[in-house]
Amino acid sequence: MLLSVRPRRAPAAVPVACDSALTVRGGSFGHGRDAVLTGVDLTVHPGEVVAVRGPNGAGKSTLVRGVLGLCDVQAGDVRFFDVPRARFRDWHRVGYVPQRHTVAGGVPVTVRELVSSGRLSRLRTWQRFGEADRCAVDCALEGAGLAGFDRRLVAELSGGQQRRALLARALAGDPELLLLDEPTAGVDAASQRVLASTLAGLAETGAAVVVVVHELGPLAEVVTRTVTLPAVGTRC
Amino acid sequence: MLSYEFMRLALAAAVLVGLTAPTVGVYLVQRRLSLIGDGLGHVALLGVAVGLATRSAPVLTALLATVAGAVVVEVLRARRSTGTDVALAIMFYGGLAGGVVVVTRAPAGTPITLDGYLFGALTTTTRADLVVFAAMAAVVLGVTIGLGRSLFTVALDEEHARASGLPVLRLNLLLAVVTAVTVTLSMRVLGLLLISGLMVLPAGCAQLVARSFRSSLVIAALIGVTVSVSGTAVSFYADTPSGGTIVLMAVAAYAVLGVARTARRTARRDRSAVGVVTGGHPAEGAPLPVRG
Repeated sequence: MLLSVRPRRAPAAVPVACDSALTVRGGSFGHGRDAVLTGVDLTVHPGEVVAVRGPNGAGKSTLVRGVLGLCDVQAGDVRFFDVPRARFRDWHRVGYVPQRHTVAGGVPVTVRELVSSGRLSRLRTWQRFGEADRCAVDCALEGAGLAGFDRRLVAELSGGQQRRALLARALAGDPELLLLDEPTAGVDAASQRVLASTLAGLAETGAAVVVVVHELGPLAEVVTRTVTLPAVGTRC
Repeated sequence: MLSYEFMRLALAAAVLVGLTAPTVGVYLVQRRLSLIGDGLGHVALLGVAVGLATRSAPVLTALLATVAGAVVVEVLRARRSTGTDVALAIMFYGGLAGGVVVVTRAPAGTPITLDGYLFGALTTTTRADLVVFAAMAAVVLGVTIGLGRSLFTVALDEEHARASGLPVLRLNLLLAVVTAVTVTLSMRVLGLLLISGLMVLPAGCAQLVARSFRSSLVIAALIGVTVSVSGTAVSFYADTPSGGTIVLMAVAAYAVLGVARTARRTARRDRSAVGVVTGGHPAEGAPLPVRG
């Protein structure tokens, strides 16, 4: 399968090089007032591929979702590229692959339409899709091993292919920090190798990757650091 | 038919509604909120009744009531509280009941009765109405087409849209307000009880035949215009109520497309079955079997 390191746009006008892509200090995440995860300290630097591991229920997904503000943050400080999350506006620099096996609504959606929606964070409200955006979507499809699938309906893909389409959606935004929640669950070995190469290519270009995984598999070769969350009940 | 001024106005209103309602409906169907238009129709009735009772413009009071109702729906949804379902029921039936009660306070000799709003009174459309309808349709289409990509992204995966920094709450409120405007625009043509039909059924038809979201939007709008214009024409010649006739046309369109799709799929399955039995390979470029 053709693997390519996606061409990245010239570095955006970032005045100072960032020390860290993601910083969490004393983070507590959960639902409502119930904390699932407390006292989280995590720093991820550009070019790193960090694996988050731990038993079921340890709060791996909660960590990723909490960082993105998709579940409640009870305490702590979360920074993207050294900017506190409340003041962070450059969301196009952050990509997210949710833990989900299907993407289907009531209306037929093509793979290209799904992947293109990941490009939206780079556009202004009324801005139209340009040539560069279409190219980015093509590269993302290729990076996820879905070249040639763009006109297929998402609902007609297999579970593993749908997961790859979700990866392509995140890649389409050219993220500098990519958070993946169990991207290898239900995905065959060949696709896991594609994923590993894609993440390695991304890290080579200076992007930071945080990947929640149960089993490392082919990802073991590209992961530069592993963070293990303790089982529920063993935390103090 | 076209020699009558009231029919020309009625057909123009039918085109506006037929074009507008399905473009909103496609997003509602994508978000699995098909019945929200029906609920807002109930709330609109309270607005109409207040308008009739206070001798002010019922379209305006209905618009205010529906927009308020739509905003409440979205806020409740965003808070994800467990009582949302019941809260919506209270609001919808409260609106309907309030409308039925308040309308009895309307002064005698009101030109359009409650029936006209419940089941549609297309042929009472005036030139002034048409101007208001056209402005409302322009607003709705401006949002559903102009902001299509953003609305699509939110409808497809609300959580991912939030993680991408899109103003999800604002976009949802906007869609809710546009739904409310569509309900108000459609009530004279279809009636408050049938509005949802023209929003959702063309989107349902598109679901059967379209091969992308974009084509779903176009197909739904085309079907919407076709059924509303033909429904209006049929109601003129057959002397049937316009709203019911239009929605029945949409149901018929759905049935025809559904049967056609099943027939096509069966034919395709038979072809590939023959290929297996004879040991032959399906022709190069033959459509892949549909999974799931």
